[in-house]
Amino acid sequence: MESFFARHKNATILAVVLMAQILGLATQIRRPTESGPVRLIRQWAVALVTPFGRGFVYSEQLARHAWHDYFYLRGVRHENVELREQIEHMRLDQIRIEQDAAQARRIQALLQFKEQYISKTVAAQVVGSSGSETSHIVYIDRGSNVGIESNMAVITPEGIVGKVLRVYPSTAQVLEITDQTSGVGATLVKSRLQGILKGQSTGNPNLAYIMADEKVESGEDVITSGGDRIFPKGLPIGKVASVSPGKDLFLNVRVTPSANLSRLEEVLVITQIVEKQVDTTGLGPIRAADILAQRLPSVPDKPAETTPKPAAGSAAQAPSPNSGAPTASTPGAAGTKPAASAKPSVPVPGSTGGKPVTPGANAAPKPGNAKPSVPVPDSTGGKPVAAGAAASKPVASPANGAPAKPKATQTPPAKSTVAKPATDGEDTP
Amino acid sequence: MNTSYTSREQVEVYRFSWGVAVGVPLLVLFLQGFIPVRVSALRILDLPLLVTIFFAISRRNPITGLGTGCLIGLAQDALTQHPIGVNGIAKTVVGFLASSLGVKIDVEQPGSRFLLIYVFYLLHQVIYFGIMRGLANEPLIWHWGHQLLGALLDSLIGVVLFMFLDRFKQRV
Repeated sequence: MESFFARHKNATILAVVLMAQILGLATQIRRPTESGPVRLIRQWAVALVTPFGRGFVYSEQLARHAWHDYFYLRGVRHENVELREQIEHMRLDQIRIEQDAAQARRIQALLQFKEQYISKTVAAQVVGSSGSETSHIVYIDRGSNVGIESNMAVITPEGIVGKVLRVYPSTAQVLEITDQTSGVGATLVKSRLQGILKGQSTGNPNLAYIMADEKVESGEDVITSGGDRIFPKGLPIGKVASVSPGKDLFLNVRVTPSANLSRLEEVLVITQIVEKQVDTTGLGPIRAADILAQRLPSVPDKPAETTPKPAAGSAAQAPSPNSGAPTASTPGAAGTKPAASAKPSVPVPGSTGGKPVTPGANAAPKPGNAKPSVPVPDSTGGKPVAAGAAASKPVASPANGAPAKPKATQTPPAKSTVAKPATDGEDTP
Repeated sequence: MNTSYTSREQVEVYRFSWGVAVGVPLLVLFLQGFIPVRVSALRILDLPLLVTIFFAISRRNPITGLGTGCLIGLAQDALTQHPIGVNGIAKTVVGFLASSLGVKIDVEQPGSRFLLIYVFYLLHQVIYFGIMRGLANEPLIWHWGHQLLGALLDSLIGVVLFMFLDRFKQRV
């Protein structure tokens, strides 16, 4: 034995070194299993030990199945009839449950819709890369010292870059969206189809899971869907470069990233995202017609002829017919009885292109659908409804999250507390 | 370290100063990470592999060769998000084979160096892809054209780089 190792010293050392590295690899690599990822070395150990037990159990099951399936078949026909009836009942139940589930999803979307806003970013310089063709990693010169954490989104003004993978005190590792292990929830702007943007070993990333019967056009914009919980919704990703039939009934949609990933110099790390939930308190039951009325383009109201229309100042000072009714400055007041032309006072997905809308801000509406900010007595309940009370649109800049001023002009000076304009986007991040 | 002899001709064995032995791999690791930031297409170059081959064929000692390849590969792996050891294994094998081959054939001529690098680049890629797909379960796709182009470019750069690094050789 000794002479064998002496004769093959080099080969032995090579084998030892390789074995050590393979074992080292096996301790790092985790393979996904049903119960979560498991280290490869455990899988190998289990694979070495378990075949004997498996063989025993298999032969035992074989004998048991042979007895039960081929010899002991008493009462099977009767049981079969009963099971068929049970299946019919379950099918009916399934249809009902599916309808309930769809309804629940719709209600959930209405009541728990959250809008994400970029609140804080940190600018960083790209200082290096992994240098490997198969690993699209870049290093930035900011780390945990300035609050960067893993899984934070990294963007440029042109589009998203990737996410923070590992963080060190003064540097961080960023996984680009073109890396094979990267996945970003994405939405096609025009067709509103959703997929997952996956990196490829070569070339541009691919928008996966778009069904082959869908229509996707080259040049279509791709934005983040927000579904990955890393990138806020609505950030530009890129444009569709080419569409071709893929495998497994899916399209092969190649996307050219908006950000120039091959020449990155400066990036922004999103260190804080504020998530706001729509204030639905006091709204009562929401009807589909109400939601549609909020989403559809509004038409200016005709001036009410029969209803006496007081002047702005006097009307604002006029006592409310119902003292317990919500005032116009209350968020959601307009939503209690939405006027036909009321603009949405809450963020509505897709309605503003991802720009947040301030709930309840009392800035003036757009000229096109300008509404008087005076309370108009509601014909049914007599409650005053400020028709244009919640029509402001402060736009939060994706880069720094600073709220912009409301677009339109201010309403006529209302001295009353009812129609008092709120401060510019204070409640927007 | 003594000069080793083959059966037919004398083969020179070289050594390197500590500064070169440590500094050159560190420098190429830095360049490998920095250059693609400016020129993305140069990711195709594998400077650490070239240095591994150079040290292996110059020292002509399989154990030193595999050790050099192992360390450089592991350092290269540490810069990626992949498991540490993929490049390590590939470069260990290349270092071992290159030093073993360096004892047997003339590796001082540019032509033989070109051929050597070309073959070892492809071998390295085969091992790398094999490990990544077989062990790490990464769905890498092998493109023959891309790999052959990479081998060609690396061989051309390697021949020039070897001529430059020859200056640091010290005859044993």
